Amino acid sequence: MLRVVLAEDSVLLREGLVGLLKRFGHQVVAAVGTAGELTAAVAEHAPDIVVTDVRMPPGFSDEGLRAAVALRETRPRLPVLVLSQYVQRAYAEELLDSCDGTGVGYLLKERVGKVEEFVDALQRVADGGTVVDPEVVRQLLRHRRDPLSRLTAREREVLALMAEGRSNASVAEALTVSEGTVSKHFGSILTKLDLSLTDATNRRVLAVLAYLRK
Amino acid sequence: MSSLTLRQALVRRRYLLGAMPWRAALYLLSSVPAGLLVLVSVLLLAVVGGALSVVLVGLPLLMVLALIGVPVAAVERRRLRLIDPVPLGDPHRPPARAGLASWLGTRLRERATWREFGYALLFAGVLWPLEGLIVGGVLAVCGGLLSTPVVMAAVTGGDEVRVLKLHLAHSYPQAFAAALLGLVLLPLFAYPLGWAAVARAALTRALLMPGADGLDARIEELGRSRMRLVDAFEAERRRIERDLHDGAQQRLVALSMTLGLARLESPPEPLGGLLAAAHEEAGKALVEIRELIRGIHPQVLTDRGLAAAVEDVADRSAVPVDVDLDLPERLPRPVETAVYFALCEALANVAKHSGAGRAWVKGRDDGERLTVEVGDDGAGGASTTGGSGLQGVADRLSVLDGRLLLSSPAGGPTVLRLDVPRAPAHLVE
Repeated sequence: MLRVVLAEDSVLLREGLVGLLKRFGHQVVAAVGTAGELTAAVAEHAPDIVVTDVRMPPGFSDEGLRAAVALRETRPRLPVLVLSQYVQRAYAEELLDSCDGTGVGYLLKERVGKVEEFVDALQRVADGGTVVDPEVVRQLLRHRRDPLSRLTAREREVLALMAEGRSNASVAEALTVSEGTVSKHFGSILTKLDLSLTDATNRRVLAVLAYLRK
Repeated sequence: MSSLTLRQALVRRRYLLGAMPWRAALYLLSSVPAGLLVLVSVLLLAVVGGALSVVLVGLPLLMVLALIGVPVAAVERRRLRLIDPVPLGDPHRPPARAGLASWLGTRLRERATWREFGYALLFAGVLWPLEGLIVGGVLAVCGGLLSTPVVMAAVTGGDEVRVLKLHLAHSYPQAFAAALLGLVLLPLFAYPLGWAAVARAALTRALLMPGADGLDARIEELGRSRMRLVDAFEAERRRIERDLHDGAQQRLVALSMTLGLARLESPPEPLGGLLAAAHEEAGKALVEIRELIRGIHPQVLTDRGLAAAVEDVADRSAVPVDVDLDLPERLPRPVETAVYFALCEALANVAKHSGAGRAWVKGRDDGERLTVEVGDDGAGGASTTGGSGLQGVADRLSVLDGRLLLSSPAGGPTVLRLDVPRAPAHLVE
């Protein structure tokens, strides 16, 4: 049985969630409608988990999310499950960044309808797991697309030759360009792959190249 | 009769029978005390203000002097109504904010204020003495002639009187003849008097008419009203988004939750199958309403600003988009919204028409202007004409004094450039 603090400004949903959690044997120690009340309720009840909406009074912006992130700053072990109406990478990332991302969940509200999945996710978050809505994961993955696709055709050629272990001079010869051009290409490859030049030791680059070839 | 201007009345046969000759006379005559007052005020302010300006106390007086045209012109516009029922519009702009400083700033920057100042000087120095001379001359001649018999009786007891200091009348018949002449001259003089008043009124109208300044004011007001319209439209958008979010979406979630619970309780057949179908439909409706709400107004734009919202759009784009937006701080809300929807339209076009393999959004805010470029490596040939979505974007940006530049040669690449001032002139906030 989990002791839950629930923050949701819509009375309809709040009552529904209380019923749902009760049905699965959990105890809602406080059900509140604003971010301020949420913070107070957590201080008072020290719950096992917080379930909160993103948009809440008074500003109807992202008060719930901010309150959750703030709560985790003061109580790093407090599991938080955020229910959101939107697939929003920025929100999910902010939440996952708070205290190494253990014991957090970011679910679309509509996931609540799949009651068993929802209660299962709640339990995993309470146990210190990380639960992110499949829709959000899809977007996160799409954002981290194949890094090679950012390179121009020429840069890809340069990278391919380098991956064979060739020196700059050898690459320049193969492509019949100057060595300066090769090192310029190489610099822009490093930038596009988010590798700063200071890290550009050979070993690091080779590791990256090996990774990219997979 | 009073709906006619003096000029119209003058060419009618009934001119002499109406009130217009008297109005013309009154118009010219009332110039004298008014002009005298202006002259005294101008001299007083100039002398005292100039003398005291050495110790800075005089500077406010000089400022009052510079603004003296404003009340003078206001009175002149009213006085003009004596002989011209067509009102002369006020050329002044309402100040942007309440308060004396804002009022002073607006007035001192307006061309109309300085034109009125010039008018006040002309009035004080030239116009009123001239008018006094004309109307005074007419009154003196006619009055002198008409009063001859009375003066004769009163002063010399009927012996003699000097008519207009020119001719000596020795008898009552002569005196009455002079009076009769006055009576004849009076209507004759009414014409030149009228024309003098017409000329004077034309001068006033020419100098005090709301000219280019008035046009500026109108354009300004148009800009403001356009911005207000867009603002109202945005407010409505957000209201619809809020209503959907707080109403329909919450109810659907609750419905979906209830259906989910019902499925747990019900036996698999026959009800279970129907419940599952209903549950699935509710789920689909939720996805649709979520997308709908995001399209109307994305919450992330309100919460996190333009950069986060554009990242979000880029994430969803079918064509990979690299986003590089350097926006150190939040932009005014109307700018954020307009640029956001412009970028949405541009990226949608990239996905739909360009056949591009990659696109990029690059922008920066230099504190004065926001410049954003959207480019792709597609087929090109995009256009802002023919009722395209880009035309709408250009219109929307122009409300914010922004511009849309498109370079899209056949064969590509297409580059769309948005350029919007950070603080548009008519911003409603």
